[in-house]
Amino acid sequence: MATLQKKRLTSSVGGFFFVLPSIIAIAIFVYGMIAWTLNISLTNRNSSAVKAPKHVGLKNYIELMADARFTHALSNLLKFTTVFILGTLISGFIMALLLEKGIKGEGLFRSIYLYPMAISFIAMGTVWRWLLNSSQGADAGGLNLILQKLGLGFLQNNWYISEKGSMFAMTLPAIWQMSGYVLALFLAGFRGIPDDLREAARVDGASESKIYRYVLFPQLSPTFLTVLIILGHISMKVFDLIVGISGKSYVTDVLAVYMWQVTFDITNYAKGAAIAIIILLMVAIVVIPYLRYVNKNEEYR
Amino acid sequence: MRKSSYRLAAALAAVALVVAGCSSSSKTDTAAADKSLEIFTWWSAGGEAAGLAELENQFKAANPNTEYINASIAGGAGVNAKAVLTSRLEANDPPDSFQAHAGMELDGYVKSGKLEDLTFLYKEQGWDTIFPADLIKTLTVDGKIYSVPVNIHRANVLWSNPATNAKAGVAKDPATLDEFFANLEKFKKAGIQPLALATEWTQAHLMDWMLLATLGPDAFNGLFDGTTSWTSPEVAKALKNFQKALGYANKDAQNLDWPDAGKLITSGKAGYFIMGDWASAQWQSEGLVLDTDYTWAPAPGTVGIYQWLSDSFTLPVGAKDRNAAISWLTICGSKDGQDAFNPKKGSISARTDSDPAGYDNYLKAAMESWKVDRLVGSTVHGVNGNNALMAAYNSAVGKFYTGGFKDTAGLATDLAAAYEAGKA
Repeated sequence: MATLQKKRLTSSVGGFFFVLPSIIAIAIFVYGMIAWTLNISLTNRNSSAVKAPKHVGLKNYIELMADARFTHALSNLLKFTTVFILGTLISGFIMALLLEKGIKGEGLFRSIYLYPMAISFIAMGTVWRWLLNSSQGADAGGLNLILQKLGLGFLQNNWYISEKGSMFAMTLPAIWQMSGYVLALFLAGFRGIPDDLREAARVDGASESKIYRYVLFPQLSPTFLTVLIILGHISMKVFDLIVGISGKSYVTDVLAVYMWQVTFDITNYAKGAAIAIIILLMVAIVVIPYLRYVNKNEEYR
Repeated sequence: MRKSSYRLAAALAAVALVVAGCSSSSKTDTAAADKSLEIFTWWSAGGEAAGLAELENQFKAANPNTEYINASIAGGAGVNAKAVLTSRLEANDPPDSFQAHAGMELDGYVKSGKLEDLTFLYKEQGWDTIFPADLIKTLTVDGKIYSVPVNIHRANVLWSNPATNAKAGVAKDPATLDEFFANLEKFKKAGIQPLALATEWTQAHLMDWMLLATLGPDAFNGLFDGTTSWTSPEVAKALKNFQKALGYANKDAQNLDWPDAGKLITSGKAGYFIMGDWASAQWQSEGLVLDTDYTWAPAPGTVGIYQWLSDSFTLPVGAKDRNAAISWLTICGSKDGQDAFNPKKGSISARTDSDPAGYDNYLKAAMESWKVDRLVGSTVHGVNGNNALMAAYNSAVGKFYTGGFKDTAGLATDLAAAYEAGKA
């Protein structure tokens, strides 16, 4: 008995020491850096010439609200996020629904749909930059050319350079990349539902569509939430895709790109830090309720 | 758990890098003379890299015991390099010398005390009389000079294709804006895209020229010292001209980088292209021949004006190998150095005494103009305004262009705001 307790103690202490380096690393490189950024955002380090920064309260944040470029970037980001999340959810879910039946060659389809995930955003951006070329008619290339060949020439578009539709065009590559991932998550969700439930429903005489509607879909709500959170935070932080496709152009400005420009090109560190904190808050609004929900569920179990 | 182990691995990698960095720098500190020289540029390919290699060779010949370290980071106009440089300077770990556009683009570095005053070197080398007076005047900030220009590019050049000109019946290069617009009409009638245009900064480049052509050099310079108002009727007229010119340009401009727009000229698809003289170097590297495949003229309305920009090298405060860096800067400013570098880079020497022998016909003509023309800086390429002004300047043009270039009054307001942003 005593030896057993001793063993358990050493193993838990050993375990603690084992994770200690990562605790320290996270404390410094995640939370420490957040605190540092927050601190800079409250100072007047508005150019590299400021030698002794002073705290100025929320001045940088208030100025951001009046900055037309910031509000432009924010509204672009919200447009992007809405369409990206909806599009990815719908397409990923439908694909999962089709594969869920256990069709032949499911593994093959799963890998095909997941492959886009293996490409980095920046490489994908470069390729989609060509695909989304706005030339039409005789000069058309990329998607516009494909549409022409398919006899859908009237769908030809200015894509990411059009004033109103630029952000919607930007969601195309993002949806293309992430739907496979959503498919995998939903498929795992479907597979996690015990067969007994379906059988029980069948025994009770439920039709196939009713089984989906009343038995399977409700079971997927945790998966749904997970997907929403993952897509939401990816979307808020979107940077490399935008830069890969259109660089730092005004028309497709989003918060992360503007933050980069303000911080590194203009060296307005305080303003850049303020934008970073706003992005963090936006992600936190999405993620924190989810983490609380997950923790509660785990305790319950 | 898995995530945190990635984080740990990343942290360990970072620590390893720092340790490696420390050990290498301590090696140089222990040496009495400078063992190495680290040069930071964004010249990593093509004629730029070839030109840099010429300077490197001269440096090695003069300093056989110093190791030359090329810390170049790829990316046009330093888009990637500048961020790396900013973080290195903030961490007080500067390279021994770094590339920057001469003029106000250095403003941030100067104000934050990151650069050493090089006036002593100008006196020692006699550069203060060999470089043109207009150039010295622009380089001087509060009586001090912080960089050594290694080359001069010309921004206000009109490029066209002799075959396209003949096809559209354009006999003479336009000298005035009226002739320019008349010729654009001729191209249009002949079924040729009148004007080639590319992404955001080239639109700003076009506008910069249009402001200069409409306002004239004095009022143009006044825009950047506060004596000309951005909301004045003259500027409004210039922006109307800009708007008119955009109407003649290819609609997919935003998709194209400048070499793509240049191809429209050399392939005969477009009539005119307003671009800096790096276009010539680019086309020659593609095997095209000056005066056969393409031809040039001073941009209309700015004949006798040389709108310049310049790449220059600096001496950061706290450079580890200061002596080697000064030797490097001496080579950069020297006649031999500049005459070796510039024919490769496709630019001219900033010196008035350079030897035209190694340069091509365009560059020879540019060298003549450089000596006699009125010199005016380029805004888009860092001469007239600091980084804050340039970022706002480009995004104002981007906003105007994507809005269908309708709102010239709004553009003027945004440009005025850009000027204010540069002052802050």
